[in-house]
Amino acid sequence: MVIPEIPIGKVVESGVYWLNDNFGFLMDIFSKFIDFLISGFKDILMFLPPIAFIFVISILVYIVSRRDLKLTIGTAIGFALIESMDLWNLSIETIALVLASALVALVVGIPTGIMAAKNETIFSIVKPVLDFMQTMPSFVYLIPAVIFFGLGNVPGLVATIVFAMPPAIRLTNLGIRQVPVELREVANAFGTTSMQKLIKVELPVALPTIMAGVNQCIMLSLSMVVIAAMIGARGLGYQVLVGIQRVDIAQGFEAGLGIVIIAIVLDRLTQSITPKE
Amino acid sequence: MNFDVYEGETFVLMGLSGSGKSTLLRCLNRLIDPSDGHILIDGDDIATMNDKELREARRKKMSMVFQSFALLPHKTVIDNVAFGLEVQGIPKEERYTKAEEAIVKVGLKGHEASKTSQLSGGMQQRVGLARALATDPDILLMDEAFSALDPLIRSEMQDELIALQDKLKKTIVFVSHDLDEALKIGDRIAIMKDGVIAQIGTAEEILTNPADDYVSEFVAGVDRTKILTAENVMKRPEPVVSINSGLTVAMQLMKKHGISSIFVVDPEKTIKGILLIDDAVKAVKEKRTLHDVLITDVPTVAPDEPVKDIIPMVAESQFPLAVVNERNKLLGVIVRGSILGALTIKEED
Ligand SMILES: Nc1ncnc2c1ncn2[C@@H]1O[C@H](COP(=O)(O)OP(=O)(O)OP(=O)(O)O)[C@@H](O)[C@H]1O
Ligand SMILES: [Mg+2]
Repeated sequence: MVIPEIPIGKVVESGVYWLNDNFGFLMDIFSKFIDFLISGFKDILMFLPPIAFIFVISILVYIVSRRDLKLTIGTAIGFALIESMDLWNLSIETIALVLASALVALVVGIPTGIMAAKNETIFSIVKPVLDFMQTMPSFVYLIPAVIFFGLGNVPGLVATIVFAMPPAIRLTNLGIRQVPVELREVANAFGTTSMQKLIKVELPVALPTIMAGVNQCIMLSLSMVVIAAMIGARGLGYQVLVGIQRVDIAQGFEAGLGIVIIAIVLDRLTQSITPKE
Repeated sequence: MNFDVYEGETFVLMGLSGSGKSTLLRCLNRLIDPSDGHILIDGDDIATMNDKELREARRKKMSMVFQSFALLPHKTVIDNVAFGLEVQGIPKEERYTKAEEAIVKVGLKGHEASKTSQLSGGMQQRVGLARALATDPDILLMDEAFSALDPLIRSEMQDELIALQDKLKKTIVFVSHDLDEALKIGDRIAIMKDGVIAQIGTAEEILTNPADDYVSEFVAGVDRTKILTAENVMKRPEPVVSINSGLTVAMQLMKKHGISSIFVVDPEKTIKGILLIDDAVKAVKEKRTLHDVLITDVPTVAPDEPVKDIIPMVAESQFPLAVVNERNKLLGVIVRGSILGALTIKEED
């Protein structure tokens, strides 16, 4: 008894070729757009030399964290350490990738979350997709990205965007659904349009929850950007990968430490700008 | 059901939990869409308005005060108060001026920049009230506005609402499940049961003449002495004796009615005093006149005096109380028995 071989791989392949032939131009546009975002962020971040950058970022952190001195000093020391390990450019590249992917994920994810909260039909479509995405290991996201965009920063970012978007959608949806009925009634009773209700009542009230989504989105972006090194994304992740392949403990450890520093700073920063109850 | 709320009155919707008070109130500004029927405000039917007209009515005509205050947590006191104006697109300066007026009205001056979460419950509801007043609507809808407050603050807020209403003369529809509150602040009260109105009337009408068993049971627990007035418990001033008649006439009248004292009035029914039977007997023996033994220092009360305040007077005085109008015309008589009678609910009818 022989189970016949089903040519799943071949079928998918020809499907992908078909998509590439017919919609390739769309993917090119998307690709260019992503490239533009990444280099844009990189240019901005690279504009200042490390010392000046550390100075400026510390002041910025001090202001947005509402005078959190511990966080400010920690940030300065962390970035100084990165520079002293000679990982500056790679770190900036990683941060640029994180910012670019988180930006796209949020710009798409938050409005989607709002619509899912407002419209049961959209919610019933979005929810199973999110549930399905949650069951998949992060690794799996790399495959379709490679299929459509080849190797490099762009597929890495595409995989990252898709991977990091669910918490933004989920928590925005949750935050808006959790707005107390009476506050909605207040909005209605005072004659708001639905746009006014959203902007003046629902979003501000849901903001702490939405910001938790933003935080998760950024943190997932970072973790995925590192993994995406496997399909050619640059930055610290690539350095870790090389360290592993060559069993170069020193290089691997330093790059890993750089990632941890960036992770802590990004996490604390997004948490500290979340409004407290 | 069908009912009118008059301009400038405080109309209380009253009933047990689940009787449909909030639902009815929310139909008035269509937070809940009525399935049928009409809601007329100045002749415009709220129930059939399109979205735009409805928004306009909600912005200008009526506003709402909520049981759980429902303040916007991200806004300061003054921004909460100015919310209705902000929604109308009024520029910041003007809306702060108006919001400030409302804040002063509810006695929150000095707290404009506070976070609402820092305020006590009573103060939070003042913000809620100020927010409703800031748009200067004709109609205030208040859903158990004071129920979340502890009793002392609550009673204080009720007094302030009454005082404010005296000045502002808004049309208030107030939902309450507390009968004492309803009786205190309501000009008229509607008692609801299972989504329909069982009776509408003034406090007195409902207490003295409940429409059905449900209403009379509902009002059974009320402290009637606060609601009923001298007018409700007095008896007809009969018999009285004219100041111009003699002692013998007075004595005959007392004997005939089995009473030990009698009020003496002039032809205009103005009260002149009271005559006791013992004095009358003595005076006849001593050949003195009515004028000589007439007790002119009689206790009197106004017809709108609450029974609560009358009870101690009745207890102290050895004579019946005379109920008189401002020109001292005798309107009625109160004896101990008449108060007791009025306070016990009639089981029949
Ligand atoms: N006229 C009505 N027709 C249909 N359903 C009604 C009607 N009135 C009330 N209900 C239903 O009864 C329930 C309770 O009504 P509602 O919340 O208005 O009661 P309430 O008197 O405000 O009670 P509470 O004192 O607990 O606030 C609601 O679910 C509402 O849908
Ligand atoms: Mg209710």
